[in-house]
Amino acid sequence: MKLTGAQILWETLVREGVEVVFGYPGGANLPIYDAMLDYPVRHVLTRHEQGAAHMADGYARASGRVGVAMATSGPGATNLVTGIATAMMDSSPVVFITGQVASRFIGFDAFQETDVTGITLPITKHNYLVTRTEEIGPTLREAFYIARTGRPGPVLVDIAKDAQQNAIEWEYNGGPIKMRGYRPDLRPGTRQIQQALEMIAAAKRPLILAGQGVLLSNAMSELREFAERANIPVAMTLLGIGCFPATHPLNLGMMGMHGEAWVNHAIQEADLLLAFGMRFDDRVTGNVNTYARNARKIHIDIDPAEINKNIKVDLGLVGDLRDTLRQILEHLEPQEHTDWLAHITEMKGDSAVRDVQNLPPDGHLYAAHVIHDLWRTTGGNVLVTTDVGQHQMWSAQYFKQDHPHMWITSGGLGTMGFGLPSAIGAKIARPDQEVWTIVGDGGFQMTQAELSTAAQENVKVNVAIINNGFLGMVRQWQEFFYERRYAATPMRSPDFVKIAEAHGLTGLRVTTREEVIPAIQRAGRTEGTVVIDFRVEQEDSVYPMVPTGADLHNMIRRPVPNRIVETAQDEI
Amino acid sequence: MNHTIVALVEDKPGVLNRVASLFRRRAFNIESLTVGHTEQPGVSRMTIVVDSDDVSIERLIAYLYKLVNVIQVEDLTHVPRVTRDLAMIKVSATPENRTHIMQTVDVFRARIVDVTNTSFIIEITGDEEKIEGFVEVLRPLGIIEMVRTGVVAMARGGAPLYVNGNGNGNGVHAAHYAS
Ligand SMILES: Cc1cc2nc3c(=O)[nH]c(=O)nc-3n(C[C@H](O)[C@H](O)[C@H](O)COP(=O)(O)OP(=O)(O)OC[C@H]3O[C@@H](n4cnc5c(N)ncnc54)[C@H](O)[C@@H]3O)c2cc1C
Ligand SMILES: Cc1ncc(C[n+]2csc(CCOP(=O)(O)OP(=O)(O)O)c2C)c(N)n1
Repeated sequence: MKLTGAQILWETLVREGVEVVFGYPGGANLPIYDAMLDYPVRHVLTRHEQGAAHMADGYARASGRVGVAMATSGPGATNLVTGIATAMMDSSPVVFITGQVASRFIGFDAFQETDVTGITLPITKHNYLVTRTEEIGPTLREAFYIARTGRPGPVLVDIAKDAQQNAIEWEYNGGPIKMRGYRPDLRPGTRQIQQALEMIAAAKRPLILAGQGVLLSNAMSELREFAERANIPVAMTLLGIGCFPATHPLNLGMMGMHGEAWVNHAIQEADLLLAFGMRFDDRVTGNVNTYARNARKIHIDIDPAEINKNIKVDLGLVGDLRDTLRQILEHLEPQEHTDWLAHITEMKGDSAVRDVQNLPPDGHLYAAHVIHDLWRTTGGNVLVTTDVGQHQMWSAQYFKQDHPHMWITSGGLGTMGFGLPSAIGAKIARPDQEVWTIVGDGGFQMTQAELSTAAQENVKVNVAIINNGFLGMVRQWQEFFYERRYAATPMRSPDFVKIAEAHGLTGLRVTTREEVIPAIQRAGRTEGTVVIDFRVEQEDSVYPMVPTGADLHNMIRRPVPNRIVETAQDEI
Repeated sequence: MNHTIVALVEDKPGVLNRVASLFRRRAFNIESLTVGHTEQPGVSRMTIVVDSDDVSIERLIAYLYKLVNVIQVEDLTHVPRVTRDLAMIKVSATPENRTHIMQTVDVFRARIVDVTNTSFIIEITGDEEKIEGFVEVLRPLGIIEMVRTGVVAMARGGAPLYVNGNGNGNGVHAAHYAS
């Protein structure tokens, strides 16, 4: 069969199971776009390449499949960069395909030439520059393989325009992929498993730290079985949310900088930490020198480079989490940790009585109200994506995710502008799932143009803007650490209701607690995307907070006279 | 302290850049880096000398393994090994010091590979210490120019690379891996 490089690209993508790509055309990828029309692939035209990158990322996280985003050379490719780095930090499997100037122009500062493989070298799991048509098929197969295996991550393939245009005799080669330097299939040995079992059996105050690795390896039921059999409480990272049911009695909640006080205290008091697919981010540990000093530590991770990177551990098990937990479960004996669990419950109690939901109304609308009511009204059966900032932390605290792969947020890079496009990608991956994005007034405006994409593509995602008139999280730091000198954080926004309407979508405004639930219900009933502008308390802060570099147990707690309190713990 | 790392990498475009970029990004300082072909087609061998402690080196090796083109990495610092560096040194040669230079060259088992009325190029091979010693002796005589290849290293004995290192060729430090 004689095919052009562009056709070979689509032949390969279709065989990889690609049904949707997110992208933006230009001179250097026009041949790819032209050939696309002949293949059964849905293309989503975004309003900015960053949007395409986040949509492909959201698609990947919601579906567990590889997302695909495309852009032209030069400015198209550089617009992807934030999205690529976001996917890299959070181990999201996305294949990025960029057009490059024709091979004879490479290196001559040609029109719209940028060194895309150079720029993306440190923010991809791997990348390729393809200058020959023959390489397109095999390279793309490798790219998908690398993106989804081992520790997943973004892979970029930059394809010269002449390689897209030239035609060659081509047959699909579906044979095994051989890469000498790439071994995604490591597993721990029986000796290590035995050691882990002994450490678990000896522990009096064990604690599981569950991270995104649980979701990436689909180890949810193994984790549950493990926790229940050994009666070990589970704390989650921001990206681990949903890997263990929030309403499970052994769930403690989120750990770290804005984790619940009792969780961080439990970590500091534990005698054994079981870190499952999490990487001890500095927002998780606080000061590493005082982190969990009393605990022995077992770390299970598929990436050898994570073992002993941030926290020195007593036992590192390198391998897929699900396989490894299964090996441990074969021999794990039932245990009770009654005193330890009772102790943690006691620590919780002090926070629970001061929960925002238990306070009489004071006429103010707090972000916590909105998110709590969204959770309640929808029965929690909603896929939530967030942007970055205070609203993100309140969403983590107040939206009790019981189900896996229903919580999508930018953790490692903390990319403002992630919320809306990732929600669109998630909705396209799971059209039957109700999807909300919870965003700040600042971050929403970074990618708000993607409302237009949602409208054109008929994608319904509901947008809850937690509008506090500030770049709230930064304002909070200014309040705590810069004497309330609010440099460049007050932000005036456009009329978000009119913005929605300008896109042919529905806009609602909510200013009181009474209006929250009706607005959420109306959004659920309305066809098409609904944008709700929730005008919340302007100078509210997220508590507790471990200041950067402080000891995990030294949290800033909400000052006593204030009305809303630091805990998300709620009567279920 | 200086560590001598040997990495076998796929001979693919950009692989040197990937390795060098990793050192920069992870804030490791390269003292010397050499790269060349090996007995296996398609495989290049890098010898990298890096100033770092043992704990960080373990981390560095794990990072290197994250590069898709890296096949094997070993730390030869704590095993018996042969290391070699080659230097070419151009010195000014006057009628008065010519004999003295030639004697020094003999003592160090170096070689004169280019001669003019006013200069010599001297070639010397050896471990770093020997070369540095030689350079110190030549310095007062007037070094015009010097170039060094950087260190290459090989473990002593008949075994192949992985048997001599800390790892097992599987991307994991032995301590965390199946035995
Ligand atoms: C404003 C803001 C505040 C934040 N505050 C907090 C906070 O309070 N608490 C908090 O937890 N985070 C917080 N974060 C997020 C934080 O920065 C990190 O992104 C997060 O802690 C990382 O979680 P993780 O380690 O579970 O996930 P990742 O970073 O995705 O790491 C996943 C780990 O799992 C491993 N893995 C992948 N696949 C497998 C597999 N198949 N088997 C085994 N292992 C596997 C990977 O190698 C990796 O080590 C905050 C972020 C922002 C933007
Ligand atoms: C692209 C980008 N720029 C800057 C920041 C730094 N930053 C972190 S949170 C934040 C404030 C976000 O404000 P807003 O979107 O209104 O959300 P809020 O914190 O008020 O909920 C900023 C500016 C960032 N994370 N990402």
